[in-house]
Amino acid sequence: MESSVNQNEAKPESVDSASAPVFPPTFSVSEIKNKQRRHLMFMRLKQEKRREKLSLKKKRRKEREALGDEAPPKPVPKTIENQRVYDETTVDPEDEEVAFDEGTDEFSAYFNRLTNPKVLITTSDRPRGRTVRFCQQLATIIPDSHVYYRRGLALKRIIPQCIARGFTYLIVINEDRKVPNGLVLCHLPDGPTAHFKVSSVRLRKEMKRRGKDPTKHTPEVILNNFTTRLGHSIGRMFAALFPHDPEFVGRQVATFHNQRDFIFFRFHRYIFKNEKRVGIQELGPRFTLKLRSLQKGTFDSKFGEYEWVHKRHEMDTSRRKFHL
Amino acid sequence: MQHDDVIWDIIGNKQFCSFKVKTKTQNFCRNEYNITGLCTRSACPLANSQYATVREEKGQCYLYMKVIERAAFPARMWEKVKLSKNYEKALEQIDENLIYWPRFIRHKCKQRFTKITQYLIRIRKLTLKRRRKIVPLSRKVERREKRREEKALIAAQLDNAIEKELLERLKQGTYGDIYNFPVHAFDKALENQEEESETDSENEAEDDEDVGKKEFVAEDDVEESDLSDFEDMDKLKGSSDEEESSEDEDESEEEMEMEQTETQRKSKGKAPLKGPVRRKRAYVEIEYEQEREPTPKARGT
Repeated sequence: MESSVNQNEAKPESVDSASAPVFPPTFSVSEIKNKQRRHLMFMRLKQEKRREKLSLKKKRRKEREALGDEAPPKPVPKTIENQRVYDETTVDPEDEEVAFDEGTDEFSAYFNRLTNPKVLITTSDRPRGRTVRFCQQLATIIPDSHVYYRRGLALKRIIPQCIARGFTYLIVINEDRKVPNGLVLCHLPDGPTAHFKVSSVRLRKEMKRRGKDPTKHTPEVILNNFTTRLGHSIGRMFAALFPHDPEFVGRQVATFHNQRDFIFFRFHRYIFKNEKRVGIQELGPRFTLKLRSLQKGTFDSKFGEYEWVHKRHEMDTSRRKFHL
Repeated sequence: MQHDDVIWDIIGNKQFCSFKVKTKTQNFCRNEYNITGLCTRSACPLANSQYATVREEKGQCYLYMKVIERAAFPARMWEKVKLSKNYEKALEQIDENLIYWPRFIRHKCKQRFTKITQYLIRIRKLTLKRRRKIVPLSRKVERREKRREEKALIAAQLDNAIEKELLERLKQGTYGDIYNFPVHAFDKALENQEEESETDSENEAEDDEDVGKKEFVAEDDVEESDLSDFEDMDKLKGSSDEEESSEDEDESEEEMEMEQTETQRKSKGKAPLKGPVRRKRAYVEIEYEQEREPTPKARGT
C-alpha cells in the first residue's frame, strides 16, 4: 500500500529531522490519509522550501557583494501600480481634445472664474449623531457651505430651489445604521452627479495628534493620480468645490488622492521648516470614497443618463485594472 | 358529527395542532381564517362550527362565514361576502350578515375590519411618498473592498505624497514671496553667476600664476595701466577665492551674507575697468575671513 510505504519512509526520517528530508518524486503530501501525519509532512515540506529560498537569497547576496560595483542593478519589484493594465482613456497632458472638452464642459464656468462655489450639504432622512457631526465638520472645511437638514423632502424638489438660490453644488450624505456610507455630489446647474461609497470616516475627535480647528481661510487643493478621462472629470468636480484663490496665509490644504480607484480625502495644515522640509499636521475629518456611478444630468435615479456605472461582475474581475 | 369540545380538547391542550405556535407567554394560531390570531377556545376555526372572519385580498375586504350545515362539504364551507369600500356601510353589512351570531364573533370581526382598513390606508399613503430603497450587501464583496482599501492606503503613502506636492509647489513659486527662503530661485541665479565667474577665473588662472611670481621691474617701467590691471586681477582673485570658499559652506545665512557681499563686489567688479576703477579703490573692502582648515573643495550634491 502506498500509504504504508510512505509511512515507512517517513519514520526513519522523523528520527533525523535536522537533515533535510528527501522525498521521492511521485510522492505528494495529500495522499497520506492520516491527518496528523499529513500535517506533519506538509510542515516539513514547507520548512524545506523556506530553507531553499533562504539559501538562494544568501547566494545571490554574496554574488552581489562579490561583484561590487559591477553588479547589475537591482530588479524593480513588481507593484500593482507597475503592473496596472493600460487604460486607453488615460489623459495625455497635451491632448488637445481633452483640453477642448475641458474648456467647454460644465465646469468651464468655474475654471474661467465666472462663478464662485456655493455648497449645500444635506443628509438622508433622520440622520443620526455621527452623520450630523460629519456634515458639520465638512461644512467647516468647505468655505461657503451650508448645512440643511432634510425633513422628508424630495431631492427632485430641492434641486430647482437650490438653483434658484444660486447654489453650485449639492452634497447628500447617505446614512445607514447610524454611520455615513454614501455621498452624492451633484453639480447644480445641470451638472454631472457623482455617487460615491464612503468608508472609514474619522471625525475630528478621533484623530490622533490633530491640530486646532480649521480656520475660515480658503484651503489649497491637491488632486493626485487622476489619470484617465473619468478621473479627470471627477478631479475637476472636486476642484470646483473650493474657491479659486487659496489663502496661503491659512496654510491649509485639502487633498484628494486617488489610489487604485479609492479616493482618500485628507485635510492638513502645513508649515515649511526650510526649503527642503515641510511639516504637516492633520486637522479635519478624513474619509475614503469609491466612485459608484457618474450621471450626466442632475440627480435623477429613474431617467438619468449614466456616463459610467460600476459594474461589479465586469470591472472587479481583474486586480490590475483601475478606472479612475 | 361536529364535536367542538372534543376537537378542542384534543388540539387545544393535549395533542398536536399544526397551526399552533407556542411562545413563552402565549399561543398563536397560524390558521389563515383565525379572527384574532391567538389559539383560544373561542377563536379557533377548527373547534367552532359556527365561525366568521374578515380578510382582505388586493385591497378588497371580504367577510367569510362558516356554518355547521356545510361542515360536511369542505369545498363550500366558507361563504364569502364582499364588503363595501365605505367604512360605515361595511360595518352595517357585517352586522346584517352576522345578525343573531354570538357577540364575540361580531365584535371581533368589526375590530379586524377596522384594523385592515387602517393599514390599507397607510399602504396607499406610503406608496405615494419616497421610499427608501434597501439594497442587499454581499458580505464577500464588502470584505474584499475593505481589504483592497487598506492595501491601497498603504500603497498611497499619503503623507509623503502631500509633502512632495507642497515642496514642488514651493519650488515652482506658487507661493510667491511669502516664505523667506526663496533659495531655489536664488540658488539658480547664483549658479548661473558662478558659471560665468568660473569661466572668468579659468581665463585668469593663467594670469594668477604670474601674480605669485616675483618679478623685478624698474620703477619707471611701472605704468598706470599695469597697476590698474594688477588691482583688477587682485580683486578678481579675491572674489574667486571667496566664491570657492563659499561653495564649501552649507550654512545658508552665512552663505547668503557672503553671497550678498560677493554680488555687490561682483557688480562693482563688473564696472568698466578704466579710470574710475582707481576711484573705486578707495572703498572699504569687507572681507569675511574665517579661520578654517582647508576643506576639500566638493560641490554640494
